[in-house]
Amino acid sequence: MTTTASVRKLPRLTWPLSVFAVVVAILIGLGVGAVSIPPIDALREVLSQLTNDRIQSSLSPTEATIIWDLRLPRVILALVVGSMLASAGCAYQGAFRNPLADPYLLGVSAGAGLGATIVIFTRVDTSRWELPLAAFVGALGAVLLTYLLGRSAIVGRSSTSLVLAGVAVASMLTAIQTLLQQRNTDKIREVYSWVLGRLSTAGWGDVQLVTPYILICIVVLVLYRRVLDIFSVGDEEAHTMGLQVGRARAAIIVAASLGTAAAVSVTGLIGFVGIIVPHTIRLFVGHSYRLLMPLSTIFGGIFLVLADVVARTVLAPQEISIGVITALIGAPFFLFILGSRKHGSIT
Amino acid sequence: MTTLRANLLNVTLGNKKVVSDFSVSVSVGDWVCVIGPNGAGKSSMLRALAGIVDSSGELFIDDKNLRSLNQRARACWIAYVAQEPVMPQGMSVFNYVMLGRTAHLNMLASETPRDVEVTNYVIDEIGLHDFVERDVATLSGGERQRVAIARALAQASPIVLLDEPTTALDVGYQQEVLELIDRLRKEKKIAVISTMHDLTVSGLYPDRLILLANGRIVAQGDARTVLTAERILEHYGARVNVIESETGPVVIPERL
Repeated sequence: MTTTASVRKLPRLTWPLSVFAVVVAILIGLGVGAVSIPPIDALREVLSQLTNDRIQSSLSPTEATIIWDLRLPRVILALVVGSMLASAGCAYQGAFRNPLADPYLLGVSAGAGLGATIVIFTRVDTSRWELPLAAFVGALGAVLLTYLLGRSAIVGRSSTSLVLAGVAVASMLTAIQTLLQQRNTDKIREVYSWVLGRLSTAGWGDVQLVTPYILICIVVLVLYRRVLDIFSVGDEEAHTMGLQVGRARAAIIVAASLGTAAAVSVTGLIGFVGIIVPHTIRLFVGHSYRLLMPLSTIFGGIFLVLADVVARTVLAPQEISIGVITALIGAPFFLFILGSRKHGSIT
Repeated sequence: MTTLRANLLNVTLGNKKVVSDFSVSVSVGDWVCVIGPNGAGKSSMLRALAGIVDSSGELFIDDKNLRSLNQRARACWIAYVAQEPVMPQGMSVFNYVMLGRTAHLNMLASETPRDVEVTNYVIDEIGLHDFVERDVATLSGGERQRVAIARALAQASPIVLLDEPTTALDVGYQQEVLELIDRLRKEKKIAVISTMHDLTVSGLYPDRLILLANGRIVAQGDARTVLTAERILEHYGARVNVIESETGPVVIPERL
């Protein structure tokens, strides 16, 4: 008797439906706001631009401006940042075999927070680029520090020392940030709003600034999806199967950290996306990163676009920080994961 | 004929030398079994051959120096099955066995139809077709060993290292796994180096035994030569009777 088993496949429509869901999320993001625009009209407006007016738009010039200058950049930014955070979280969970890993595991958030805080406190009027640049440099600096400390503490090939170094670096940098805040209480509001994350100031400039980095990082992480499956048998066995464990993990860390640093540099610290999205996908498609990685990327983007819609509508005309929305959904979910982990259903 | 030769292998963990001047030569079709009391360095020796821990000394396959190969090339020659292989939750038996193809793929490549074919062949060979879709984390001890051996077989390496493949198994699974290893090494022309706990069983299938104590080889040869009551008293500190049977020596502990 011969078997004809093969790689487990998803229903055939999964990928087209995922792309369709992205389109729907974008249209909702374009339509909802202070001026409500029906998704169909938003679609026609976008198509009319893309097809040189062969499809007629029904929107007024003001509405068209709202779509093109305000909402579309914001929606696109939410899409790429959400994708990045979800894929980075997914990658870290695989590379560290730790279901609770998120994109900020190695100190990205603390580094970016410190960088942003320093700029906010030291400059009288911050120019457009200084804040993102400082956050970006801070984030990568923190990861680099974590990596150097973790590496030097490593005796075997364990990844635990890296995670512990991340904890140490993060608390150290957060302490410095807190110290700075206590000595500059007048600007604490600005820092606070940055830390909670926002998409509200997003213009095309922000989108153009970070999208290239993020796209490259996502492509790299998706390419590593099979490697993440190999990591699941542990470093030692993966090593004997011919995986260059250290090199593979370093590549994944670089891509995930670089992309996350780019994302937080313009949006601030948006939490929990990197945890809830991969874990929700896991519940539907199982544990293989071949599926988890691409699907987390797609649905991370969708999630953040929709979270942003909630953030700007529930208390309209006021906006809630996007980080508050993701954490409000994320924190209970996080507890749920902790609970099921005790029962061994998610590892 | 492919032969693994280790010459004067030394392993140091921390400040402690755990394997000293270990030498062995194993050709395809052979089964060499390393025995010795707890802490004698059996696992460390195996892990050194697998490249998990650093070691010094010569390591050759025929005239190829293993130390000059990268880990992927090395994995094409040597496969390793851990004492308790990690069974990732949610991974199907099929996908687990196919992980063995890693050494034959570029890091970022996907499996080819050829890899799927090899995986299916191995699954048939080991008789796993009834549970290809099962989650590996739900398998019993004996099934886990067979699945892990299947993975090593999919790796298609001429040398297979097995760390105490039967220690956690009851006598039924033990027999099944040992028969499987014995059949595979003869049919597939594989050189097997294993460690083992049970002295009587270690005399049953392997061609040669190596007795390790405090990291050094203290005896080697066939089971009748190595398994003597005096040696077991000296190195294990156990009083035993060794009874000759048709299949080899039977080691029975005495009551003190």
